[in-house]
Amino acid sequence: MKSIINYFKEILFGLKSLVKGMAVTGHYITHPKEIITQQYPENRESLKMFERFRGEVVLLHDENNEHKCTGCTACEVACPNGSIEIIPKRVEIDGRKVKAIDQFVYHLQMCTMCGLCIPACPTDAIVMANTFEHAVFDRSKLTKILNKPGSKIMDGIK
Amino acid sequence: MEEIIHDQELESKEYFINMGPQHPSTHGVLRLVLSLDGEIIKKVEPHLGFIHRSIEKMCEHDSYTQIVHLTDRMDYLSCHINNEAVCLCVEQALQIEVPDRVKVIRTIIDELTRLSSHQLWWGVMGMDLGAITTFLYGFRDREMITDIFEETCGARLTMNYNVPGGLFFDIHPNFQKRTKDFLDYFKKKLPEYDTLLSDNVIFTQRMKGIGILSKEDAISYGVTGPTGRASGFSCDVRKHHSYMAYDRVDFKEILDTEGDCFARYKCRINEMWESMQIIEQLIDNIPEGDYKVPTKAVIKLPKGEWYQKVETARGEFGVYIISEGQKSPYRLKFRSPGFSNLSALDHMARGCKIADLVAIMSTLDLVIPDIDR
Repeated sequence: MKSIINYFKEILFGLKSLVKGMAVTGHYITHPKEIITQQYPENRESLKMFERFRGEVVLLHDENNEHKCTGCTACEVACPNGSIEIIPKRVEIDGRKVKAIDQFVYHLQMCTMCGLCIPACPTDAIVMANTFEHAVFDRSKLTKILNKPGSKIMDGIK
Repeated sequence: MEEIIHDQELESKEYFINMGPQHPSTHGVLRLVLSLDGEIIKKVEPHLGFIHRSIEKMCEHDSYTQIVHLTDRMDYLSCHINNEAVCLCVEQALQIEVPDRVKVIRTIIDELTRLSSHQLWWGVMGMDLGAITTFLYGFRDREMITDIFEETCGARLTMNYNVPGGLFFDIHPNFQKRTKDFLDYFKKKLPEYDTLLSDNVIFTQRMKGIGILSKEDAISYGVTGPTGRASGFSCDVRKHHSYMAYDRVDFKEILDTEGDCFARYKCRINEMWESMQIIEQLIDNIPEGDYKVPTKAVIKLPKGEWYQKVETARGEFGVYIISEGQKSPYRLKFRSPGFSNLSALDHMARGCKIADLVAIMSTLDLVIPDIDR
């Protein structure tokens, strides 16, 4: 007799626990705003990333198409994965031959966004941008040349 | 002749099936070769190597600052704690004493990482057992922590916030406010976890008495973390070999004696409460000071060997560095908690049904990149 009572008790207890759990689900069905975190593609216009978010490396250019990169390759040495490749050239400034960058090649497909290149740069030429939509159809598009065509180094940066 | 046919019919043949390497409940590319008798498991043989990236070998070519970001890719759910282990080992070798501010910030972020890892575990564990709802709830609460990380550390999962000697940058001005908001929010939400799963009759019947690991076995297999503590093995590195600011906070080491799946589940849920308590004690008392001790641009360790262990969300994580005085280590060995915990799986799963194996595996909380490295 006791075992039968226990049997029904267990069933009742089990049903109660299921109803309790369903009540939580029911609460969120009627309060959808509490469960949704972000509606990503819809909020694309208003979505603002945090300022420290590391999306990709960019070389800063000012309005005169000048950058601060001297081609010292400190970032290339600091990078653990070989994502940064600097192709230098010699330019003549005031009759002296000075090292400068020809191409600042950035392999986004190899970058792990560790951010070690940023503090390594002695002239603060590169920063991490907040962009994050990097999907492309061809992986060759992920190899980027960061210095804009025709750009040159700012005056007074050594 | 008839006798032989009759014998073969009676003889139940042992047979093998592959679970994984693409099975959704293995949480990654783990291949388990199951030897079965009907539905009863005779033997479980884990086969590794599908996500081997030779991180230990890569470390031998990288400088000590570069090694840190590789440990993100091992146990990605407790990446900050992994980073910290490498940094602590390097600091121990260089005999650097980091400022108090760094210690407290590292401890807070450690505990946030542990919380987010357990939240994700809770979500996917429900999903393994067939409750998709828990997955959504777990991720909803985890979102707030990843936001904190994104604002302060610059990334949501692979944060790389530690450098040998301190932190990458100081905490964001919003850090304390956000963390307090999260604590207020999550204290209301954590009882909901109990209502949804812990009291649920279907869930408890699938967990109680399944996959029992005794204390002696836990010790002999080297099982650590919540899995070991659920068997009564007191193995919390934070308590026994205190590092960072853990010696100045008051928290309990969660121990259980049953050692079954439900004990491991309970252990993790209770650990979330303890983590919140640790954060609460520290969040208002972050001391002023530097966030980094200046180190040389190229760190060279002296000749010697060092070992440092920390407590990740899965157990004891160790870093063993052998240096020859160069700018990269001669040999670097990681002791990952997942590898030792997986070794006990065969012992726990013998005699269980296939459906129980899924429950045992999810309570072990395996992260495959951590096992394989």
